[in-house]
Amino acid sequence: MALFSKANMEALTGPLNLNNPVVVQVLGICSALAVTAQLEPAIVMGLSVTIITAFSNLIISLLRNTIPNRIRIIVQLVVVAALVTIVSQVLKAFAYDVSVQLSVYVGLIITNCILMGRLEAFAMMNGPWASFLDGIGNGIGYAIILVIVGFVRELLGAGTLLGIQIVPEWCYEHGYVNNGMMTMPAMSLIIVGCVVWAHRAYNKELQ
Amino acid sequence: MEHLISLFVRSIFVDNMIFAFFLGMCSYLAVSKTVKTALGLGVAVTFVLLITVPVDYLLQQYVLGPDCLVEGVDLSFLSFILFIAVIAAIVQLVEMIVERFSPSLYAALGIFLPLIAVNCAIMGASLFMQQRVTMPDTNSQAITSVWDAVAYALGSGIGWLLAITCLAAIREKMAYTDVPRPLQGLGITFITVGLMAMAFMCFSGLNL
Repeated sequence: MALFSKANMEALTGPLNLNNPVVVQVLGICSALAVTAQLEPAIVMGLSVTIITAFSNLIISLLRNTIPNRIRIIVQLVVVAALVTIVSQVLKAFAYDVSVQLSVYVGLIITNCILMGRLEAFAMMNGPWASFLDGIGNGIGYAIILVIVGFVRELLGAGTLLGIQIVPEWCYEHGYVNNGMMTMPAMSLIIVGCVVWAHRAYNKELQ
Repeated sequence: MEHLISLFVRSIFVDNMIFAFFLGMCSYLAVSKTVKTALGLGVAVTFVLLITVPVDYLLQQYVLGPDCLVEGVDLSFLSFILFIAVIAAIVQLVEMIVERFSPSLYAALGIFLPLIAVNCAIMGASLFMQQRVTMPDTNSQAITSVWDAVAYALGSGIGWLLAITCLAAIREKMAYTDVPRPLQGLGITFITVGLMAMAFMCFSGLNL
């Protein structure tokens, strides 16, 4: 089978739009909502999840014929937990500020439904290369939504992007005020709701 | 005693698992279609929380913390793996109990019963507990004994139960309303939860 056959490309690109893990399959909502008050943690979180999904898919797919069916969930959880521990230690070493901002949500990648969902639904039945691509596709699909929500919330809530001032000074002088609501947890739910709305209005077949 | 009550009430209203931290969202959105199943799942989650958080607290205090097993060794980097193993074992136990005593609830919960193992609310409560252990005694959020851990777990569980039951009741009523087609289902549910979260924000001034 060719490395980039049609089925493999489908595994990679499907989750970006029509099969998006967050807005279509409704997986991994918790962290998508909690880390998006600013853009930077959202990007770091998206990257971490992409790496972990890709490699846990790869490892489980390699092991899939040796795992007894009854204890597969424990095996999957241990593989994921080991990968998350590595990522969490790397973040603590090289990006300490972001890892403090993400707090418990790095550890919560273990219980991110995207991981278990993809392991159960894809990696247990497909070869290592296809599973790896599927993991990358789903991770990026998740990251896109995080970046959209983080972008809106940071821009409207603080007038900055990645910590750089975007809204110019004269706007504030003429009475523009940052929307403090945007930095509150409640608004991320409403923004994700609007993203879902737009996505479904655009893709009629999902309605 | 005062500390216990304050911890309990705060974890229901102020540090609500759903509205303040978005933990356990996946099953929250998926199982909240009818009040009855929502209530069942809420009770199951509360029960699992009530056992796992104190067990994880004891593990944290006597196995994982600095200088616990061996002088000068801090094993807390192992906490993710150990906590998830405890949670998976207890969920297995609850699954067997529910299957034995309430087959109808077992059928209604379906895949979401084993998925409590990957419910972020459980893991999240354990990780927040781990953070709070290191807080000074005077902090109203500090968890310094196994009873504190029990109060925190029970409060978090009841907060989650409250949130999912409210949403299920709203969604039962909403079935009769005329929502724009693209917004139906998932979209309007998100916005409803957002509005509920805003309502819960007024508890954040609560001082005990």
